Amino acid sequence: MRELRALLREWRDALHRRVPRPVLRLIARVPAGWWRRILAGAFIVVGIVLPFLFSESSGFMNATIIAVAYAVMSLGLNVVVGFAGLLDLGYVAFYALGAYSLGWFGSDFFFKAHLHVFVHGVAAQEVGIHLNFILILIAAAIICAVAGMLIGLPTLRLRGDYIAIVTLAFGEIIGVVAVNGTQIHLGSGMTLTAGNLGISAVDSPWFPGLGTFNVLNLRPWYWLILGILLVVLFVNVRLRDSRLGRAWVALREDEVAAVSMGIPLVRTKLLAYSIGAAMGGMSGAFFGAYYTTVNAGQFAFGFSIFILAMVIIGGLGSIWGALVGGMLLGYINNYIIPDVLNSLPSKFGLNFQLTQVEFGIFGFLLVLVMLVRPQGLLPERRRRMEMTGAIGAEDAQLVEASSAVGPAGRSS
Amino acid sequence: MSVQTAAPAATVAVMRAERVTKEFGGLVAVDDVSLDVPQHSIVSLIGPNGAGKTTLFNMLTGLYKPTVGRIVFGERDVTRSRPDQITALGVARTFQNIRLFGAMSAVENVMIGRHSRMRAGVFGSIFRAPWVRNEERSVRERARELLTYVGLRDAQFDQFAAELSYGDQRRVEIARALASDPRLLLLDEPTAGMNPQESAALTAFMRKLRDELELTILLIEHDMKVVMDVSERVTVLNHGEKIAEGPPSEVRANSQVIEAYLGKQD
Repeated sequence: MRELRALLREWRDALHRRVPRPVLRLIARVPAGWWRRILAGAFIVVGIVLPFLFSESSGFMNATIIAVAYAVMSLGLNVVVGFAGLLDLGYVAFYALGAYSLGWFGSDFFFKAHLHVFVHGVAAQEVGIHLNFILILIAAAIICAVAGMLIGLPTLRLRGDYIAIVTLAFGEIIGVVAVNGTQIHLGSGMTLTAGNLGISAVDSPWFPGLGTFNVLNLRPWYWLILGILLVVLFVNVRLRDSRLGRAWVALREDEVAAVSMGIPLVRTKLLAYSIGAAMGGMSGAFFGAYYTTVNAGQFAFGFSIFILAMVIIGGLGSIWGALVGGMLLGYINNYIIPDVLNSLPSKFGLNFQLTQVEFGIFGFLLVLVMLVRPQGLLPERRRRMEMTGAIGAEDAQLVEASSAVGPAGRSS
Repeated sequence: MSVQTAAPAATVAVMRAERVTKEFGGLVAVDDVSLDVPQHSIVSLIGPNGAGKTTLFNMLTGLYKPTVGRIVFGERDVTRSRPDQITALGVARTFQNIRLFGAMSAVENVMIGRHSRMRAGVFGSIFRAPWVRNEERSVRERARELLTYVGLRDAQFDQFAAELSYGDQRRVEIARALASDPRLLLLDEPTAGMNPQESAALTAFMRKLRDELELTILLIEHDMKVVMDVSERVTVLNHGEKIAEGPPSEVRANSQVIEAYLGKQD
């Protein structure tokens, strides 16, 4: 850490020597609060321009799109697990519900219905419900927010591990319903889901100006998920620094004290569940469209753990941690392992491919992070406090206990 | 066996417990206790360890629901109300073992105390409407004022609560309770772990609170000097039952109270 700081100082000094004085004075005049805005603006510009550095259908762009979509889910789960401290092991349920929102409202799946809202091309002529992708996103967010509250209700009286078990079961139930949805009849020969066959031929998003999205040009897809990410990031930051964000931290730290200070337990917890779920749902709807199919097989329990790993590796409760964790695991899963290093074992004469052991690799990474940096890559300052502060408090107790022995010993 | 009931009939009770009982399984923690807290007074609740004082506190603040009996705050029956609703009505408390939010700053802790008086919701917070911004700023300002009022230095405002000294944590806890603009303040052993000088300062501070903020204070306390010094009325619990009630001078002379504290004389 000290070397890093010295290095930064060196760079700064070098900068001061080279940059002309008027420019420096101009920089000094920028108000402190603006630096964050400038930085955020720069990131957004780089994010928007990024696809022009790669070809329209490059593998790296594909991986980036998936990584950003993972980051959206990671940010959503971070609201529940990181902010409010409710361990949710069934987050895949909201991926499923988001994806089915797309399947239901953006394909010919409900073939008896005829509803077309602001769609174009093939989608405008087909039977079924066809909504514009933005409307589907909103629908997915609302459906998942409601489902999030439903899953929240039975966990309200529970703590810690028990919440994890109930949410895990909820995730499994949604998965099983997705597989067996072919048996749930809605009348006129329509069913709830298409099970493992999947709802395919879903609508590709269409926007005026950008046209209908297709697999040959990944750039519009990228900009779409980038837009979703920015919205989710914005909501995360605003909520963290709000009355509600404070209430979540208070509940996480001490539930009894929090309710005694006037924080409504039910409302505050359910809001965390539903806001987190809505974000997962939006990402799920995007994945449905991007993979062009909504298949029950996508919604396995392992995915919940995968998202949780992103949050933990990034740093529980940290927005930038969740973003980095999501992107990192996204790239490792979809680019580094399958595209870059996949043939590595064969170079050593080993007869397997790296993708076959990817879960082993993730497990190893998770253990490594927990050993080397248990607070995550970009820890939140409160969590850092909780981890180091606990040790400090114990030390303080020891000190007090030993000093208390003194007078008592004397009096006897 | 005469239970003294020297209630000053003229004053209005801010909070009243009417024959409340709390059972945990087979254990009766509080047994048929009635308690009146008159407006603008300081009332002490004393008794040996395990007498049911904190259990009674927890019922008054809504953390526990009484098995039998009724709790009235002002004109309102709050027996079945949730803790946050009772706080919103105007009751605030501190805890025996300090329960601050350790990884939040002193200011943030006090801002949490203001939660029930704030209005910002999900969408207001996301779009940060001008009124939300103003609310946030004024609550932060008020929190700093309160911390100054209880005696914290500016430099400590943004420290994590867990990093503050024991005495300062007690102070922040009182500031947090005051942030909800309570009419009734419940203090659970506020002088625990304090030396005589600090206790005396806190006694003076309680009087100041009552007079300046027009508060009513209900106090659990073990330090008899503080109890005798500050309270207009004292209620004594033993084994969950009320054994005495009245002005400090009377309670001090009560034979049952002496027995409960010192054991029976042969």
